[in-house]
Amino acid sequence: MAKPIVATTALASCFGCHMSLLDIDDRILELIELVDFNKSPVDDIKKFTQMCDIGIIEGGCANSENVHVLKEFRKNCKILISLGECAIMGGLPAMRNDIPVEECLAEAYLNGPSTKNSNTEKILPNDAELPCILDKVYPCHEIVKIDYFLPGCPPRADLIWNALVALVTGDEMKLPYEVIKFD
Amino acid sequence: MSSQIQSIVEKYGNDATRLMDILILITKEKGCVDSNNITEIANQLNISQVDVEQTLSFYHFFSEQPRGKYTIYLNNSLVAYMMGRAEVAEAFEKATGTKFGSVSNDGLFGLYDTSCIGMNDQEPAVIINGVIFPKVTTFRVRELITAFRAGKSAQEVVNSYGGGQNQSLLIKSMVTNNLNRRGPVIFSDYKPGDSLKKMASLNSKEVIEVIKNSNLRGRGGAGFPTGIKWEFCTKSEGDEKYLLCNADEGEPGTFKDRVILTELPHLLFEGMIIAGYAIGAKEGILYLRMEYEYLKDHLEFNLDEFRKKGWLGKNVAGIEGFNYDIRIQFGAGAYICGEESALIESCEGKRGEPRNRPPFPVQVGYLDKPTVVNNVETLCSVVKILLNGAEWYNTMGTIETTGTKLLSISGDIRYPGVFEIEWGMTIREMLEMAGAINPLAVQVGGPSGRLVGENEFDRTICYEDLPTGGAMIVIGEQRNIPDVVKYFTEFFIDESCGSCVPCRYLTVILRNKLQKIIDGKGVISDIDDLVNWGKQMKIANRCGLGQTAANPILSSIENFRPEYEAIIEKGKDFGTTFNLEAAIQESCREVGRFPLA
Repeated sequence: MAKPIVATTALASCFGCHMSLLDIDDRILELIELVDFNKSPVDDIKKFTQMCDIGIIEGGCANSENVHVLKEFRKNCKILISLGECAIMGGLPAMRNDIPVEECLAEAYLNGPSTKNSNTEKILPNDAELPCILDKVYPCHEIVKIDYFLPGCPPRADLIWNALVALVTGDEMKLPYEVIKFD
Repeated sequence: MSSQIQSIVEKYGNDATRLMDILILITKEKGCVDSNNITEIANQLNISQVDVEQTLSFYHFFSEQPRGKYTIYLNNSLVAYMMGRAEVAEAFEKATGTKFGSVSNDGLFGLYDTSCIGMNDQEPAVIINGVIFPKVTTFRVRELITAFRAGKSAQEVVNSYGGGQNQSLLIKSMVTNNLNRRGPVIFSDYKPGDSLKKMASLNSKEVIEVIKNSNLRGRGGAGFPTGIKWEFCTKSEGDEKYLLCNADEGEPGTFKDRVILTELPHLLFEGMIIAGYAIGAKEGILYLRMEYEYLKDHLEFNLDEFRKKGWLGKNVAGIEGFNYDIRIQFGAGAYICGEESALIESCEGKRGEPRNRPPFPVQVGYLDKPTVVNNVETLCSVVKILLNGAEWYNTMGTIETTGTKLLSISGDIRYPGVFEIEWGMTIREMLEMAGAINPLAVQVGGPSGRLVGENEFDRTICYEDLPTGGAMIVIGEQRNIPDVVKYFTEFFIDESCGSCVPCRYLTVILRNKLQKIIDGKGVISDIDDLVNWGKQMKIANRCGLGQTAANPILSSIENFRPEYEAIIEKGKDFGTTFNLEAAIQESCREVGRFPLA
């Protein structure tokens, strides 16, 4: 049987969940025996080249590009996993959800300490190449169907490892108390 | 420092635990408590500014900004909507020229939503500068606003008084009692003062013994045996003890205490004296919700009468060494303050946040002293039990739930009001009694209770079967169950103190999921999520509000699942209300990106 294929991405997030994935240490050698990677920052494949078995999403959706990538993952992966607080709940980026977009943009580009003296022309970035900011940060499952959720900020390496191995081998997932942390 | 603030703070002995009274009085005199006032109060009381701010910001009726010369609080409970609140709200917005949650440009009118004000039997009801206007119509709204524009005060436009003591010169309110059935305990005839004579012939242990033998349970909803609570308190160390009467009555759909406070304040005060005597209390405090402020003069008058008769003050009722008085502590609009430990916090001038327990209030309560908190109806029952004996009381009700219960029945019925019944009545009998019109469901015990349907109409009202604090909201078959449940869930969102995370956030998530289902975008897994996530509320919050906040969702899905399944998208495993075009509108407009796409 061919090895299952895994794709990963980081949306509105800090990349910490991917760092946590690397925390499986030498088990990464075992991992590449178990699975192949497709689109992922791990191997720098930018576009899906085939249908994947497992898609791992870090981060929620803060802009139109995040939404586009998330929908691509849903289309190209049989199973989608929300990895970490941001993908599941919006996380720290969602702290802006109670603040109008207008105020957020003004704080970032007009009145912020690093911009208020330099952005004299009061320019808000607007280029066709740039994605559009959403009205708020959305958790992934509000936009596409998500099959599994792995909590944590970041999720412990052991949790990611256990989940991946269980999915790939079909064995029951080991979830001892110590590996599930919500922060 | 302004002398006005100084004199108000001094009036309460520069005592930080009286912060509620201080803020209430300043609000009354100045319309709001602004940032200068906050600094002055903090300095005068020698507490931090934040201590003042956190109390101020917690309560619905306090504000840092002026709320208009006429401050209009329109009830937004479910029954208000059932009785035409939407049209009335629109009429207010049109007549005052302002939206809900704001003050009109001329500063004349402030328009605000407020949670149930204890008038479910006469909705839609509105409080304007403390004056209650029940059964308001769109015509009446225009009439009121015209009169206000002509300079009349709220009390001046009260043009007819309700029945009973609502007519008295000390109340003069349009509120009606709607006391539809008097029972053998609370509303039976008695001679004021007799119970105090009886009390004087017994020692405190004997009084507790009588109440224990009567098997009286607390009437607020939890049903804890009153005699045992008192006994626990007497066993707690400390010579200073307190008796608090919970007249917060915030559960939407309950209004029985309003009628007791209007018609039988003396009965309640006698009960507070007996309880105070039994536990050896130094002082009794009646914690009264701000919504019932219109009863203040009436209640104070009755307290004065008691003092004149020697029933309050030194050597009460002729008992040597029993020095006891009662004061009224007002809340300022917070449902959670009906929870006993939150109520105690509020009495101490703080935010109404429930305490961790243990220790229980009978051990560490008001001012950290042993404290008993009893419901209004409980204390009234005590008087009759002492007069007629525990055996008499045990002849009424069911085996484990003795006596009578006041039900506040409202909704789609012909006779909304208060009914005193013996425990053990079935829901079906109750519906008949209240003249229900094609009932689909009954919300037993208010939003924190249980939504029962036809399949449960033969269950009996008692602690062995269907416990309740007495709020019964009858929902007719023309109503939509998910909508009803959404109103209840929004109530909990508004009233959460914010301390426990699931209560603060999960309620919102559950409401949004409900809305998704109501919008026709739900799928079967959304219903399952509501159930599975709703169950977490019971185990992950520390007080009754959070623990019961998902009850309307859980019991409605249990009893009315087909109503939900009828409006979901069938055969789909995922539904979403997310719309990319709508979600980017705001940012595209801000940065000037056109066309908006």
